[in-house]
Amino acid sequence: MKNIILNINKAFDHRIRLGIMSVLMVNDYADFNTLKDLLGVTDGNLASHTKALEKVDFIKVEKQFIGRKPNTKYMATELGKMEFKKHINALEKLINNK
Amino acid sequence: MSSEDYLKDISEIKNLMNKSSKFISLSGLSGILAGIYALIGAGFAYWYLQISGEDYVVIDSKLFQYILLDLVLVGILSIGTAIYLTTKKAKQNNQKIWDSLTKRLLSSFVIPLLAGGIYILIILNQQKYGQTGALMLLFYGLALLSASKYTIGDVKYLGYTKIVIGLICAIFPGYGFWFWVLGFGIMHIVYGTVMFFKYDRK
Repeated sequence: MKNIILNINKAFDHRIRLGIMSVLMVNDYADFNTLKDLLGVTDGNLASHTKALEKVDFIKVEKQFIGRKPNTKYMATELGKMEFKKHINALEKLINNK
Repeated sequence: MSSEDYLKDISEIKNLMNKSSKFISLSGLSGILAGIYALIGAGFAYWYLQISGEDYVVIDSKLFQYILLDLVLVGILSIGTAIYLTTKKAKQNNQKIWDSLTKRLLSSFVIPLLAGGIYILIILNQQKYGQTGALMLLFYGLALLSASKYTIGDVKYLGYTKIVIGLICAIFPGYGFWFWVLGFGIMHIVYGTVMFFKYDRK
């Protein structure tokens, strides 16, 4: 049981962060507005959660301009993908144990 | 967190993964209608060839122009219907019709199709007619297959079916017309009906 808890990743222990990772697992990248629409969160809220994930190197950020508009793209890193899988496996085990 | 919360997490993860990577609002009905247009168009071409009394179609004949016009009309009608019905369904599903997902879907569909279309026009200009039906089926099948990553699974199988029919058609060039009817008419109706009952009627 302790082992399972160890694999529950603190970085994912939030609905929005989990959501960001879910989207980035199945898409090569997603931009800020796409994530915002999908998750239904505010700009500030999303920004703080992406920053948290960026800090632990689970996602990469790419900033560029499309015309004059700034555009921010997010991608999951290999580390992020691995940790996410571990986290999901742990979740499944927790559910099955009960 | 209790295990119920974790379960909710998991189901939301699944939901987000699907919603962000798959466009689910393709209308089955538009497939059925595209099949019907194709059959009507093919019927018209067949009838026109019969009354013209010619055995084969030459590229600069009037007959060829009519058949080309017939094809273009079938294409425009099918695309128009698909856009209309899909937009309607996307609204019902609360899905955006024009976002990065549909852009990816469209570009992965249009690029093989356009390449194929141009290639067919080039070889028609070189007076090579025999493989037209096969090539149309083949490239359309490949276009569906490449777009299927971004949408519901049935599109992939429709793509495979068209590729197989296209290859068989290439072996029997004389029956190109009938394979075209089978591929573009009947298969659209079959898969459209499957999709209609699976997704539209919810």
